[in-house]
Amino acid sequence: MYHRPRLIPCLSIINQDLVKTIKFKNPRYLGDPINAVKIFNDKGVDELCILDITASKEGRGPQMEYLQDIASEAFMPLSYGGGITTIDQMQKLFHMGYEKVVVNTAFYQNPKLITEAANLAGSQSIVVSIDVKNEILGRKSCYSTDGTVKMGKDPVEMAKKAEDLGAGEILLNSITNDGMMEGYDLKLVRAVSESVNIPVIACGGAGSILDFKKVLQEGKAHAAAAGSLFVYYGSEKAVLINVPEEEELLKEKIYKDL
Amino acid sequence: MIAIIDSGMGNVGSIANMLKKIGAEAVITNKKEELHEAEKIILPGVGTFDHGMECLREAGLPDIIRSETLENKKPLLGICLGMQLLGKRSDEGKSEGLNLIDFETKAFNIPKEMPLKIPHMGWDVVEFTQKDKILEGITGQQRYYFVHSYHAVCTNKENILMKCDYGYEFAAAVKNGNVYGTQFHPEKSHRFGMRLLENFVRRV
Repeated sequence: MYHRPRLIPCLSIINQDLVKTIKFKNPRYLGDPINAVKIFNDKGVDELCILDITASKEGRGPQMEYLQDIASEAFMPLSYGGGITTIDQMQKLFHMGYEKVVVNTAFYQNPKLITEAANLAGSQSIVVSIDVKNEILGRKSCYSTDGTVKMGKDPVEMAKKAEDLGAGEILLNSITNDGMMEGYDLKLVRAVSESVNIPVIACGGAGSILDFKKVLQEGKAHAAAAGSLFVYYGSEKAVLINVPEEEELLKEKIYKDL
Repeated sequence: MIAIIDSGMGNVGSIANMLKKIGAEAVITNKKEELHEAEKIILPGVGTFDHGMECLREAGLPDIIRSETLENKKPLLGICLGMQLLGKRSDEGKSEGLNLIDFETKAFNIPKEMPLKIPHMGWDVVEFTQKDKILEGITGQQRYYFVHSYHAVCTNKENILMKCDYGYEFAAAVKNGNVYGTQFHPEKSHRFGMRLLENFVRRV
């Protein structure tokens, strides 16, 4: 049996620009998201996650027309998050070709939405995103609204709650490690992965494919997502869409024949 | 013209997007006349088996799907749940399937010692088990995107078109004459899936 864990580029957009943040702040403009999606499509990535990172902060919903343009170029599993508050929005997104929706802010504000959505579309289509910041004394706290509103909740508790509500997957984001390219928060990922039965996608901190290996093997994540690693090249962080080679991943035993 | 059956909730958009990219004309429909006029039919589906059959029955489609494929020999491709609906029955529900291919849909029964999660979700490699028009010109290792908790178990080996291994071997694609089914999502399997859909459009 061939084991091929999912490696997922997580693309942040603001309006119709592709950006990359550091610790959820200081977005750097990288280019045109649709162009990036086309390149990822040609390179054959496993899955793509599109996050409109200012939607909830600005109190608006998804930019449907623009998301339609993105979907028409993405022939791989596609998820979208940002400003989703209603079932109607989810249905529109599914219909366009997004098979998963990512919910963060509404998960805290209206937990029933998760259950309702899972009953309608199936758990596999509903992803709850949990954004976590390190606090003093080694504590970790969940945040909503693009990392601007502290919820004061424990990530493990929130992951369990998301699973109970019917979510099919957790997108676990470390705000502290975001954009640093110094590795995932392995302790956090492992604690969450071991506390739920649904797949956990780890995000935040990947700097090389060795970080993928660590988070999948030591962190017990089901899939590894990253932003910077897929859009930057070299220590100077030149903007270049890139995807690790299959041979490299096989050599590092990230992919393997069981 | 290819008719993509719209049974309510589903990923019809992705299939339409890919057909457009291939350059094939397609219509998303649940009207009998349009199925009758189309050259080929795609039956997508997400959700549960009974709900899927219920949606087809509500639109009055099972009979026309059967007559268009059996009598008019129209090529049909079922995808994911759409494939499972082509069989006789499923562990997932009580409804009778469309009965176009001799298989039953069974729940994954992964040996306990294997740390494999259900659903089987992600990319997996497949092996072609026979030659067919839909596979023409496709060489090298192929991989496709799967999301499923149930899989087809064929009565006859000749109905298996591809196999995959998740805990044990199962049928990843099935066929019976002009009727095809894939458990995976070709519309979500970029160049690999596009080759397969292109062959369905141009060679089948």
